[in-house]
Amino acid sequence: MIDRTRRKLVNGFACTAVSAAMLPCCLGRSALAAAYGLEFKLRKVADGVFAFQGVDELMSAANQGAISNLGVVVGADAVAVIDSGGSLIEANALIAEIGKISAKPVRYLINTHMHPDHVFGNAAFRQIGATIVGHRNLPRALEARGTFYLQNFREQIGDALIEGIEIIPPTILVHDRLQLDLGGRVLELQAWKAAHTDNDLTVFDSATRTLFAGDLVFIGSLPTLDGSLLGWLRQIDALAAIGAVRVVPGHGPVPADWPAALMAERRYFEILARDIRKAIADGIPLRDAVKTAGASERGNWHLFDDYNERNATAAFAELEWE
Amino acid sequence: MQNHAYRSRQLGLPLAAVFAAIVLTVGTLFGSSGAANAQQTTASSNRIWQDLKGDVFGDRAILLDSGVVRIEAPKRAQDAAIVPVDIYIDPAKAPAGIKSVTLIIDVNPAPVAATFEIGKDAGVTHLSTRVRVNDYSYLRAIAETQGGELHMAQTFVKASGGCSAPAVKNQDEAMATMGQMKLRQFPPQETMTKAQELQLMIRHPNNSGLQRNPLTQYFIPAHFVQKLSVSQADRLILSMEGGISISEDPNFRFDFTAHGTGQIQVEAIDTDGKVFRNQWPLEVTGL
Repeated sequence: MIDRTRRKLVNGFACTAVSAAMLPCCLGRSALAAAYGLEFKLRKVADGVFAFQGVDELMSAANQGAISNLGVVVGADAVAVIDSGGSLIEANALIAEIGKISAKPVRYLINTHMHPDHVFGNAAFRQIGATIVGHRNLPRALEARGTFYLQNFREQIGDALIEGIEIIPPTILVHDRLQLDLGGRVLELQAWKAAHTDNDLTVFDSATRTLFAGDLVFIGSLPTLDGSLLGWLRQIDALAAIGAVRVVPGHGPVPADWPAALMAERRYFEILARDIRKAIADGIPLRDAVKTAGASERGNWHLFDDYNERNATAAFAELEWE
Repeated sequence: MQNHAYRSRQLGLPLAAVFAAIVLTVGTLFGSSGAANAQQTTASSNRIWQDLKGDVFGDRAILLDSGVVRIEAPKRAQDAAIVPVDIYIDPAKAPAGIKSVTLIIDVNPAPVAATFEIGKDAGVTHLSTRVRVNDYSYLRAIAETQGGELHMAQTFVKASGGCSAPAVKNQDEAMATMGQMKLRQFPPQETMTKAQELQLMIRHPNNSGLQRNPLTQYFIPAHFVQKLSVSQADRLILSMEGGISISEDPNFRFDFTAHGTGQIQVEAIDTDGKVFRNQWPLEVTGL
């Protein structure tokens, strides 16, 4: 086991990295993560269900890309992980923590969608033999964005953290619904129509009625729109109808009450859509409309100034076609 | 191969120059970090432009900030896939009129975003569109006067932070609705400070062909609107030769001078050879 781990560490880091000189290669995964200043704690949210809560920040070298929430579900035979995090450091810290909870193999890594804070750790899970699962549209979305993500995020999170990160598409694709059996425990995966992105996937653990919503649910941290505002609003009732008692959102407190967790983002989307529709009707051009649309929501969200104008831009381009 | 031929012809650039620009861009990205970033990218954007301008304009003189043309864009791109850009022409500074305007985004894989021909007496003095911006870059508008002079304005745009990418957001929807058009007509404002405006919208994914499939490493074929014309009763208002730097669902808003009451006609052709046509009656403003 130790040998195996060490070999993986060597494969995963030393061979690929220019920055490898900085890495203490003899350390285990958690020590490695600690050496990078990442304190990584999994919390138990239900029986056999664990989650990591990311910070409400943009990805940076300082936070190791650990800004989104990640999940772990332990079955009788195997473990499933929901999202791989925003760096290999984070992903390896997660793998180390899973090792403290269960000796069972990580059979599946489920990507809830295409964004870097959810998929940049994929290589670490391929390394330990996990099969990657995603929405049927995820490979196409990563094709269109992968190169850009790797270039763009090198500037944002730095050379050391981006080193070794690969864009790895899923090999098990979810077209509508799919069940994954972990032994005495079945996860129900559901592929959604375009909303946060055009490749959103949710994971429901029926044993504990815990929903991993990915970025279809944001709490406290402003939702980002990279798919379809109308699609998100149209599907929010179907989301709410999922018979969960708690949710692990993509961003925000872990866990949260269900379906109350949807209220704030629904309100934001409705206000944003109302403001943008009015601007379009009044003939106000995009560049001006996006400066004020949704402004009444500023006090309600973290990262509002980072993302609201972007959301308004995407919403304007979409709602112009109504 | 066919796509590559298309692209090089359409940009008026040798392929080698396009790839040189890509290599430069990537080199810049990978070489830069830290506090001096913005400074460096201003310089590197300029370096790309120095290499590029000969391919596009030969050795012709280009006058910077002469006032003939002006360009505006947000200082920071919010969504990398949809960056609004406004180009203004000052008729007082170019009394004989403007023949064409070329929009360039230095660091993009296809830096020549579009070339707009402006119809004689069309009265276009303001043109807005939306572009993809891949990284920190100058956006440049180069106007050619009827007399053949080139005038340039430029503005620097910082790339968007976070996870917005210059890609199609909802690919299924984009393919299902391709070719739909919408024309909005805005009457002149009573203050007379603003002329009659048209806004033309075309649904099209306007996909880049420079993205690689991560498994096969093949380029994904490009598919974009490469030609567009807007006329009134067969009299040209504006035409465009464009590429993948124009955003998904190409969108153009511009002022114009109506001649008579003839219909507004639009024709667009994409790289698959699909032709999209439409026409609308001119909304008479009653002035």
